[in-house]
Amino acid sequence: MNEQDTTHPGSEVASTPEHGTAVRLDQGHVVGDGGLPERFTNPGLPEHVARMADLDEAAARRAEKQVATLFAISIIGTLAFIVCYFAISLETTIFVPGIGETSASNFALGVSLALGLLGIGFGAVHWAKTLMPDEEVVEERHPLRATDESRERVVEELRVGGGSSQITRRPMIKYTLGGALGLFAVPLVLQVAGSLGPMPQNSLSQTFWNGGPSGPGQDPTFVPLRLMRDPENTPIKAEDVTIGSVFHVMPQGLLPDPVTGDGGTPNLLEEAAKAAVLLMRLDEDLIQSQKQRDWGYHGIIAYSKICTHVGCPVGLYEQQTHHLLCPCHQSTFDVTQDAKVIFGPAKRPLPQLQITVDDEGYLVSAAPFQEAVGPSFWERG
Amino acid sequence: MSTDTTPRPADTLREGDTPAQAPPSAAVRTIGGVAGWVDDRTGAAKPVGYLMKKVFPDHWSFMLGEIAMYSMIVCLLTGAFLTFWFVPSAGHVVYDGSYVPLRGVSMSEAYASTLDISFDIKGGLIIRQIHHWAALMFIVALSVHMFRVFFTGAFRKPREINWVIGSVLALLAIIEGFAGYSLPDDLLSGTGLRAMEGFVQTAPVIGSYLAFAIFGGPFPGEMIIPRLYSVHILLIPAILIGLFTAHIGLVFVQKHTQFPGPGRTNENVVGYPVMPVYAAKAGGFFFIVFGIIAMMSALVQINPIWGYGPYDPSPVTAGSQPDWYMGFADGALRLLPGWLEVSAFGFTLSLNIALGALVLLPLVYTVLGAYPFVERWVTGDNREHHLLDRPRNAPTRTGLGMAAITAYSVFWFAAGNDIMAIKLGLSINDITWFFRIGLFVLPPLMFWVTKRICLSLQRRDRDTVLHGRETGTIVRTPDGRFFERHETTTELTPEQWVLVQHEAVAPIEIEAAVDENGVARKAKRSERARARLSRFYFADAVNPVTPAELAAAHHHGAEHEAIEAAPAGESAELESGEPAGRH
Repeated sequence: MNEQDTTHPGSEVASTPEHGTAVRLDQGHVVGDGGLPERFTNPGLPEHVARMADLDEAAARRAEKQVATLFAISIIGTLAFIVCYFAISLETTIFVPGIGETSASNFALGVSLALGLLGIGFGAVHWAKTLMPDEEVVEERHPLRATDESRERVVEELRVGGGSSQITRRPMIKYTLGGALGLFAVPLVLQVAGSLGPMPQNSLSQTFWNGGPSGPGQDPTFVPLRLMRDPENTPIKAEDVTIGSVFHVMPQGLLPDPVTGDGGTPNLLEEAAKAAVLLMRLDEDLIQSQKQRDWGYHGIIAYSKICTHVGCPVGLYEQQTHHLLCPCHQSTFDVTQDAKVIFGPAKRPLPQLQITVDDEGYLVSAAPFQEAVGPSFWERG
Repeated sequence: MSTDTTPRPADTLREGDTPAQAPPSAAVRTIGGVAGWVDDRTGAAKPVGYLMKKVFPDHWSFMLGEIAMYSMIVCLLTGAFLTFWFVPSAGHVVYDGSYVPLRGVSMSEAYASTLDISFDIKGGLIIRQIHHWAALMFIVALSVHMFRVFFTGAFRKPREINWVIGSVLALLAIIEGFAGYSLPDDLLSGTGLRAMEGFVQTAPVIGSYLAFAIFGGPFPGEMIIPRLYSVHILLIPAILIGLFTAHIGLVFVQKHTQFPGPGRTNENVVGYPVMPVYAAKAGGFFFIVFGIIAMMSALVQINPIWGYGPYDPSPVTAGSQPDWYMGFADGALRLLPGWLEVSAFGFTLSLNIALGALVLLPLVYTVLGAYPFVERWVTGDNREHHLLDRPRNAPTRTGLGMAAITAYSVFWFAAGNDIMAIKLGLSINDITWFFRIGLFVLPPLMFWVTKRICLSLQRRDRDTVLHGRETGTIVRTPDGRFFERHETTTELTPEQWVLVQHEAVAPIEIEAAVDENGVARKAKRSERARARLSRFYFADAVNPVTPAELAAAHHHGAEHEAIEAAPAGESAELESGEPAGRH
C-alpha cells in the first residue's frame, strides 16, 4: 500500500512551514533536506532482558514446581474422568450453582476432561514462558520467486517436452484431445444430476385437498374432504368453531389413527407439509372481501398454514387483531383482509381453502386450493 | 538463518566450565536409532531439522488462527466418535429410550439415535456438546482470524492465494455447520431445512427441479438426512482438510508475517524457534482450546434437541433461529421487502428470497476473496509484504473493513428482530424498519467514523514523535497562557520506531500524456478509475514523521508549543481563558 516505486514520498503533500509556526501536524511531509535521510533507520532488536528464572535458580525451581503442579492437576483430572465414568449413573442429576439442575454425568465428565486437558496446556505454556529460552531468534527471509534461470528452465522444458509430443504440429490430436477431455466428465455429472430426484411435475401445485395423495405423478380427482383436527384426527362440526377459536387442520385420510398409529397416507410428512390448514372464525362483519366470505361458512374460514415466503408454518395467531405471524421471518398476514401481507418479507397472501358443511354438519372442503401453497417457484404462475 | 546470541547473564555462571563429554544416554541413543532407521528410508532428517529450527513470531492475534485450527481438530475427533452411534436415517421408529417425555412418540431414526447419544450412551452428551461448541468456536475463531488478517494487510503479496483459500474455508465451514446442525432431524433444524427448501425453490427457472433433486422428491422426504450426512462427514471435511493443509503449508513456505518493531524488517522473521518454545506454546495451546471447549460443554447446554421434539412440517416454535453463523442470511430474508417478488408471463421471480438466500452468501465470499486484488490494483504495489500494517496506517482499508462488518452486523441483528421486540418491548415493525434503513446508513457512517479515528491516531503518532511525551507539568507563561511541558529527545527513541516505520503514501496521479502531435491524450478509462480509487484511498493520508520534520520541530524547539498552534481565529478564543497547548 504505497507508492515508493513511482513517487517521491511525501513530495505531493509537502508544505513549506513558515518560520515560527514550524510543522503543522495535519499537513504531512516535509521534503527531506539538509542532508537528512528520507526515512528513519530501524534501530535494531532491543537488548534481551533476562527473566527471574534465568538469573535465580530459586525462581527457576519455583517455576519448575508450578509446571509440575499443573501437569499433576492434569493427571488428577484424567483419573477423575475414569472414576466418574464408572461411578456416576446417567440418571443422576445434581444442582450446580449458577447453572441449576443438570446431568451429573455430563457435568463430572466434562469438568474432569477439561482439567485433564487444561493442566497439560497451561503447564506446557508456563514451562515455555518461564524456563525455555526466551531470546528471540532472527531468521532471514528470501524472495519467494525462483531464480530467473530456473524459471526459464521450466518454460523451456515445457516447450521442449510439449514440442516433442508433436501436439503443436498435429492439430487433429490437439482438437480431439480437447474435445475428449472436455466431455469425459459429462456421464458422471449426468448420473448424479439426473438421478438425484424425480421431476416435480404437478406436485408443487397440488395438495392432499385435491382429493388424495399429491406426490409427483399422482393426479388426484377432487372429492370433498372433511377438515380433521390435528393430531386427534376427528372431524369438526361448524358449531364447534366459536369466534376467536383456531384449529389446526389436516384433510380427512391424511393422518393416521392417533392411538393405534394405523391408516393415514403413506407419505405423511410430505403431504402434511403442503396440506396444513388453519381454521378460525371471525365476526362476519369484520371480513372485508366478498370472496373471502363466500369461500368460508358463516365466518368460518380456512387458510393454508404454509407461509408463502419460504414455507415455515405460520404458527402465531393474534386473536385480538386477527393477524397471523410467521415465526421464521415475521411475515404478518391480516385474516380480515383475506390473509393479505401487511408486514414482512412475504409477497402473496396465504391461499384460502373453500369450505362448506356436509349433510352431517361437519366442515368439508368445497374445492382444492386454487393456487400453489407455500414458497414461490419459477413456474407457479 | 542467523542466530544472534548475545551473552545472557545466566551464561556467565557457566563461564570456564568444560563441556561434559558424557556418553549419549540410552534415551538419546534410542531416539537416534529410531530416527536413523526412519531417515535411512526417507531422508527425513533434513526437512525435519529445518522445521524444528523454523522461527515463528509471537503476538496474541496470531493465536486466533490457531484457535480455529484446534477447534477444527476437536470437531474431527469428536465427529468421528459420534458416527459410531448416530444413525443417519429418516426411517420411522417409535422412541422407547430413557428420555421419558418422548417415549412412545414416533420419530426418525436420526432423531432417536441423537436422543440415545444424549441420554443412553455414557459420555455421549459431553462428546455431542463438545462437537457443537467446537464447531461454533471454529467459525468464531476463523472469522476473527480473518479480521486480523484483513486489518493488518496480511493478505498482500505474496499471501493473496492463502487469503482466497481462507475465504473458501470460511464459506465451507458455515455450510458444514449448517449440514451438521440439520442432521438430528429435530423440529428446530427441520424448520431450517424447510426454509432452505423454500430458498432453493426460488432459484430462477430451475428452482423446483433443484429442490426435488436435493431432497430426492417432495419435501421433506427420506433422502435429505443421509445425503446431508455424506456431505457433512465426507465431502466437505475432505475439502476442508485439503484446503486447510494447503493453508498451513503456505504459511510455512512464505513464513509468518510479523508486526513492525525494532529489529523486525520486511526481510526477516523475529520470534521463537519451533523446538522447543513454539512447539510447547502451540502444542500447549491445543490442550487449552480443547480444555476450554470441554469446560463449556460441561457447564453450558447447547442445542437441547430433546426440548424441540421430532421434526414435523406443520408445528413450529416461536423464536426459530439458525446457529449464529447463518444469522446474517436469515436476517437478510427478514429485511427484504415482499414487493421484490415479481410475476410476469406466468413465471414468478422471488427476489425477496433469492437475493438474501441464494445471492448474498456467494456474494459476501466473492467480495472477500477479491479484495486483495482490488487493493493491489489501486496501489499498483507489486512488492512482497511481510511486515503487517497497523490498522490506523491504512485508514481507508480499515474503514472499509469496519463498514463491511457493520453491514454484516445489521443483517445479523436483524435475524433477532423478534427476540429484540419481545425482550425490549419494542414494535417488531419499527425494529425491522430501523435495520432496513440502517443497512444503507450505518456502513458509510461507520466507514467515515473509523477513517477519522485512524487519521486522528496517526496524527497523535506524529505528535508523539515530534513533541515527545506529555510530562504532566503545566507551565504558565508571563502573559498568562498555560501549556503542558513535553519531554522531547532530539533522536528518535527505539520505542518511537513503530510510530514512524511505515511508508509514506500518496494518490496516483494520472500522467498527463501527450501524443505525437502534442495533443493531450485522454487517459484510459481504467487509468482514470484507478486514479479516482487511489484518491479515495490516499487523498487525505497522514504520513509518518521524517527525520527532516523531527529536526525542524527541534530547531524550533523553543516555540514547539506553537507547532500545533491554532489558526488566528481560534487563538483569540484560547486567550480568553482556555488553556493553550492542547496536546
